[in-house]
Amino acid sequence: MKTIYFDNSATTKVDDSAIEIMNIYHRESYGNPSSLHSMGVEAEKAVENSREIIAGRLGVNKNEIFFTSGGSEGNNFLIRGAVEKGRKKGNRIITTKIEHPSVLELFKNYQAMGMDVVFLDVDRKGQIITDQLEEALTEKTILVSIMMVNNEVGSIQDMKAVGRLIRKKSRYALYHSDCVQAFGKMDISPTDSNLDMITFSAHKMHGPKGVGGVYIKKGLSINPLIKGGGQEKALRSGTENVPGIAGFGNVAETFSVHERLEHFNKLKKSFIKRALKDIPDTIVNSPAGENFIPNIISISFKDVKSEILLHSLEKQGIFISTGSACSSRKNIASHVLKAMGVEKEYIDGTLRVSFSKHNTLEEVDICLSAIKSEAEKIRRFTRRK
Amino acid sequence: MEKIILIRYGEISLKGLNKSFFVDTLIRNIKDSLKYLEYKKMEKIQGRFVLRVEEKDIDRACKSLLRIFGIASISVATRVESDMETIKSTAKILVKDELDLSEPKTFKVNARRGDKKFPLTSPQINGELGGFILGEFPELDVDVHNPDMTLYLEVREKTYMYTSIMQGKGGLPVGTGGKAALLISGGIDSPVAGYMIAKRGVNLIAVHFHSYPYTSERARDKVIRLMEIVARYSGRIKLYIVPFTDLQLAIGEHCNERYSTLIMRRYMMKIATEIAKRNKAMALITGESVGQVASQTLESLMVTDSATDLPVFRPVIGMDKNEIIAIAEEIETFETSILPYEDCCTIFVPKHPQTKPKLENVIREESFVENANELMNKAIDETEMLEIFGK
Repeated sequence: MKTIYFDNSATTKVDDSAIEIMNIYHRESYGNPSSLHSMGVEAEKAVENSREIIAGRLGVNKNEIFFTSGGSEGNNFLIRGAVEKGRKKGNRIITTKIEHPSVLELFKNYQAMGMDVVFLDVDRKGQIITDQLEEALTEKTILVSIMMVNNEVGSIQDMKAVGRLIRKKSRYALYHSDCVQAFGKMDISPTDSNLDMITFSAHKMHGPKGVGGVYIKKGLSINPLIKGGGQEKALRSGTENVPGIAGFGNVAETFSVHERLEHFNKLKKSFIKRALKDIPDTIVNSPAGENFIPNIISISFKDVKSEILLHSLEKQGIFISTGSACSSRKNIASHVLKAMGVEKEYIDGTLRVSFSKHNTLEEVDICLSAIKSEAEKIRRFTRRK
Repeated sequence: MEKIILIRYGEISLKGLNKSFFVDTLIRNIKDSLKYLEYKKMEKIQGRFVLRVEEKDIDRACKSLLRIFGIASISVATRVESDMETIKSTAKILVKDELDLSEPKTFKVNARRGDKKFPLTSPQINGELGGFILGEFPELDVDVHNPDMTLYLEVREKTYMYTSIMQGKGGLPVGTGGKAALLISGGIDSPVAGYMIAKRGVNLIAVHFHSYPYTSERARDKVIRLMEIVARYSGRIKLYIVPFTDLQLAIGEHCNERYSTLIMRRYMMKIATEIAKRNKAMALITGESVGQVASQTLESLMVTDSATDLPVFRPVIGMDKNEIIAIAEEIETFETSILPYEDCCTIFVPKHPQTKPKLENVIREESFVENANELMNKAIDETEMLEIFGK
């Protein structure tokens, strides 16, 4: 049975070229970058090379890039650091209702600790509402954290517009963005958007797990999350994950965002078109177009328990994600779909399909035929009288 | 002088002529549960076992012993020659080990002379040893009612001295009470039910009904993990995983929704009965409790009972949920039981289940699944068996 992997927003297959490079830094050049001898120097060069590649992708200086263990660490590091730094200047921090848990949970925590926290709404297109943001921005605002691309539905925020508003209204506010889902699939320019800090990760773009990084604008000093031996200019102590960082550099080096987007667009359009034609009572939460990234499709089937659908597809070698958890005891509906106002009877039947460069139109066809027949089977039960 | 573990068996000592059957089974179970130890030696003394293991293994061994049914209590004891001078010098060491003497403390001596050849009686031993300890440790005082430390002595051919008694689980050694088949779901109740019956010496086999893809691989793994916990107490369990999807779909398709859960339960009983009989098990065990859900009303229980000719044991039948949870926590199944993997997918659960079913109506509905026997036999044929050991 051929595997069809449509869960690329969860993680991706690591490129062979990255694995080869990682092997070199595991097997041969396994020195510690902090060592004074030549093996240390060799390892350090690999880390610096990756730093340069990633800085190039973002159009920033390599001194502004710091490696971490991934997205959650990056978000925790930057948000905690920014709040600590800004405490004396104000009490308000702003984020959205559709952030990744590594952001949302932190903000909820700050709210419980007495800070003035604003969670911005989103509309049906997953977009924040500019007026609401403008109103929320005050002199006392010290941090705004808005994800560039949402992980469940793929909605894209206008980073530049947000950046302009912040500069206009809140001179002390630091501007952070979780770019984990955007990196590798979109052009990101922290400078153009007036971003102070961003978070990114390797394993969503065919790199290894356990590696990521942050961009921190030159001149901005924030406290480290992890103190110790002083690696990464003392902002992130701990021996560098040299093989992982080398692998990350490898996958960040040689792709074209434009080509990838074109490929994803083709798959997404075909998927949506067939799904809406073949399966009744279906809604697409992330239609094709500029508001949503083309590698993610959030699609809901009325009266279908998506968890059953997931396992039925898995049986046929097709791997996808549910948009929401199915459980009779606890209803853990997706906070993102709720915020977008998706109707309850659709939320439970939501799938997230996410593509990578390896996926094909043929796979889309096979997957849709499977969804069609499995959804019908499930509806026979949920719709019986 | 050596450290040993003294094992007391409770209820077994009341048994009559077949006592040795119980004792031998208990010894075998103890040895099984200590398989991981390189060195272990068991001796039988009057009403007790003496277990010798390497000193570094004592804590681990105690933990294992405290889970074995049939053991009333255990103590880590120091075994010495039965003469008063040795006893005194050992007492001195035990007091120092046990008590922090930076401030005043109290103690008492509790001696039992089992060997009448020993020159002193129990009260005389208490008096002489107590006096000796008072003389050695000016910080100590005697308190016979609520002492900080009790020094126990069992004077036999050798003398056993210890300062604490750990309560075991009681019950009877598994293997002395026949065999029964547990219907295990993955919830809180059925592991507790299995534990309770195993405690009375009954060997367990377990039957789980799996409805993949309507329930996930993780639900199956969860059942395996639950049985690994129950097996810490019950010993090895054969777990039968029955592929139930086709039968469940057929019931859902052909039967009135209000009866579907009951009919499903009846087929579970029928399949479990068949598996039980093939294993020479003499009863079924379920985790049902009166009134907990629609399929656990008296009417419903009667309907499910009539699907089997084996007795059905329901040890938690009269318990409240929080009482069941208390046991689940004690035996450490609770945390695993509440993991959020559905064992019974919600789409099969009727919105308005029949709570007062009539048997004839259920049987009529059941008859609408024409190829039920065929599906049932196929499920039994395709059942997977796993050997589960305590983990």
